[in-house]
Amino acid sequence: MNIAERSVIMDSMTQAPITDFEIDGPVRARVENLSFFYGEKQALINVSFPIHDRKVTALIGPSGCGKSTLLRAINRMHDLYPGNRYQGQVILFPEEINIVGPEVDPMLIRLKIGMVFQKPNPFPKSIYDNVAAGLWVRGIRKKSLVDDRVTQALKQAALWDEVKDRLRTSAYGLSGGQQQRLCIARALAPAPEMLLLDEPTSALDPIATARIEELIMELAPTVTIVIVTHNMQQAARISNYTAFMHLGQMVEFDQTAAIFTSPKERRTQDYITGRFG
Amino acid sequence: MATVELAQASATRTSYGRLVASDRFLKRRAITARIVSFFLFLAAALSVFITAAIVYILVYDSVLFFKEVSIVDFLTDTEWTPVFEKPKFGIITLVSGTLMTTFIGLLVAVPAGTILSIYLSEYAGHTTREIVKPILELLAGVPTVAFGYFALFFLTPIFQIFIPNLSGFNLLVPGIVIGVMILPYIVSVAEDAMRAVPDSLREGAFALGFTRFQTAARVVIPGAFSGVTAAYLLGMSRAVGETMVVAIAAGQQATIAINPLEGAATITAYIVQISLGDVPHNSLAYLTIFVAGLTLFLMTLVFNLIAFWLRKKYREVY
Amino acid sequence: MSTDDTDTGIGKIDEQALVAKANRQDFRFAILGFVVLVVAMVTLLALVLDFMIDGVPRIDADFLLNYPSRRPERAGILSAWVGTTLVMLTTAALAVPIGVAAGIYLEEYAPKNWLTDIIEINVTNLAGVPSIIYGLLALGLFVQTLRLGQTVLVAGMTLALLILPIIIVATREALRSIPLEIREAAYGLGADKWQVVSMYLLPAARPGILTGAIVGMSRAIGETAPIITIGALTFIAFLPPPPVQSTFPFINFEWLNSPFTVMPIQMFNWISRPQAGFHVAAAATGVILLAMTLLMNGLAIYIRYRIRRGMK
Repeated sequence: MNIAERSVIMDSMTQAPITDFEIDGPVRARVENLSFFYGEKQALINVSFPIHDRKVTALIGPSGCGKSTLLRAINRMHDLYPGNRYQGQVILFPEEINIVGPEVDPMLIRLKIGMVFQKPNPFPKSIYDNVAAGLWVRGIRKKSLVDDRVTQALKQAALWDEVKDRLRTSAYGLSGGQQQRLCIARALAPAPEMLLLDEPTSALDPIATARIEELIMELAPTVTIVIVTHNMQQAARISNYTAFMHLGQMVEFDQTAAIFTSPKERRTQDYITGRFG
Repeated sequence: MATVELAQASATRTSYGRLVASDRFLKRRAITARIVSFFLFLAAALSVFITAAIVYILVYDSVLFFKEVSIVDFLTDTEWTPVFEKPKFGIITLVSGTLMTTFIGLLVAVPAGTILSIYLSEYAGHTTREIVKPILELLAGVPTVAFGYFALFFLTPIFQIFIPNLSGFNLLVPGIVIGVMILPYIVSVAEDAMRAVPDSLREGAFALGFTRFQTAARVVIPGAFSGVTAAYLLGMSRAVGETMVVAIAAGQQATIAINPLEGAATITAYIVQISLGDVPHNSLAYLTIFVAGLTLFLMTLVFNLIAFWLRKKYREVY
Repeated sequence: MSTDDTDTGIGKIDEQALVAKANRQDFRFAILGFVVLVVAMVTLLALVLDFMIDGVPRIDADFLLNYPSRRPERAGILSAWVGTTLVMLTTAALAVPIGVAAGIYLEEYAPKNWLTDIIEINVTNLAGVPSIIYGLLALGLFVQTLRLGQTVLVAGMTLALLILPIIIVATREALRSIPLEIREAAYGLGADKWQVVSMYLLPAARPGILTGAIVGMSRAIGETAPIITIGALTFIAFLPPPPVQSTFPFINFEWLNSPFTVMPIQMFNWISRPQAGFHVAAAATGVILLAMTLLMNGLAIYIRYRIRRGMK
């Protein structure tokens, strides 16, 4: 296993990035010089890194570093709110389209890339309706197909056994951890190309967290996953690649083992050892 | 650059056929979206059309009216006798009736409303508020005809006991009833404004040793000033536009209203009177209802716009 | 006890007296507020009781099934309550769809530009326009220019315009109170705006919209002035043609084109007569009207209470 990545070296004073990747393994998407502005304020500064196909990529960093902003840029969630601007590219493969390009319809992206949010947010409907939602939105209504996918997604989310007898009951009857797994099933049902997880366990207790981490590792060989987490140990446990961010910049990107045992950047080192953040 | 390879599609995708949204579906969805947003826009734009229609009709008929009647006469004449042989069209007559009832109404509703709003916002506990606000809502829901009946058949006789020369049709009783009618509106808007004043200001006052009353008077009301003024203006606008109570209990006498113990016609009561009658549709007298309506519309428009601006202002502050 | 007057220059302060005076002031104001409250409630109570005492004895089957008459003892409100029902049906059928649609547009679709501002100002302003002006609008536009006559349809349209702002505002408030997370989840699945609105937002907003519709209808039921202005005849001793018929196609809409009367108009008409007997009949009509409006408003309050509890 050769460490073929060279991390992005950046002088925080300048904005000239140097990106030079030799990519190790197939890549599902490539973030290239991505900058993002909330109105006048720049929240992402020239971020570049690869997202490997069917691997788990973790984004870590102190709060305010831009990791959630970056994640939400990938499925164009920022477009829901006015005054936001993207610069740079996020190329999705194999289509080779620029996710953040103005010519690309955000809805198209969200039909390919799913998201699970920090606080579980099931719809005020039944469990079945929640999981089927993504299919109905895509015009897939054939009952046998939908039933199959719902079952499959709930199994993938490790929730099937717990809810199979009460699919038609309200999703709000589930516990927090179960609701989050439901949201994961909901995102999985339409078989997305990529799954974005925005601190999926920060609102949950340790046991629910452990279950979801297990679930993520089981899913990893089938779905490309990008996960934002403020919990370093979680990143170390479940991800293949880790990106450390600070103040809107991508400080270092590498295979997880390398980041945590021999980080190249001083700031990464400081964060990992708990000097700040 | 490095090569990019993609592994074969995963098992979850191929075994269930196409799960991507078909192009046909996406096209259909896009078309539906366009059609829907067009109709939704039409619905919203209807409100502009309504205002335009109101303005057009009132202005058009008023212009026809003013072809025959000089605007100077209109504004300065002191009699309003459109159906007479030699008709007179002094709008001041009707306006004075409207203003008198509005004034009496505000005399009742402004103090009562302010006191009640302060009480609800600063003194009352949660349960009291949960009981009082619905009652005020129920009060606001009573049909105006019912208030008219109440004014004429219940209140006027009672008032006549205490005020012997109160005539059967007068302006005092309808004025008071109008005050009761606009009370819920004033309380609702003013209390909203007072609650919008942040607690931190109140705490500062209490920490200095202010009483509740002093806090209310010196901190909350000044802080909620624009909202409270907006409440008064809205109440005034509603009082000016009130029709049935005055049509029933204030009489039809079109004189300049100086004495509230006597009846007088208001703008609104006059419109009702003509609408009920046999005035031919092309006559000058008929056009007068539109001129009266225009006067009414302009009055309430001014009050409403000022109130709107004031409410926007206080919402921005906090 | 006075404070120590060290060099503050304030002099001696009698703290206890100050506190006592302040508490008295507070107490007096609380009493005042309470008194005002009681007076308001007593007024409402007096009104309801007055109607009940005057009117309830008059209500019997004959009253409900007779037409108005020149003889007070024989007068009834049949044409009035049938007219009210038909007009209310028309009003609801027009105001609710259009109002909800406009509310959805303003809350979810409208871009932030000058046109939207104009529309919003218009809606706010129309909410404050006196109801009689709507009557003049209907007179000028529907009755004269469009020559639609003085019919159930015109009354329905007029009242629908009148309560439109109420429904628009209620719809907007209901949509606004849906938590952000539901929207993000729905958009996150790749839904487009109409899918999000129709599949998730509208169902969640339903109770709030319902409340608004009930309040609007309650207002419309009691409205007299606009209907008078249209020129509704007040002595209607007949019914509009029935909506159902025994021949194909089994429903007809002729009743929309029929002259009519409604309960508040009938009440007003009886109040204006000199005979006391008619006044009693007016009171009886008032009882029924009051019962309806109090019931509807009460229902709206109850639903709103349930919504608030559900959110917690």
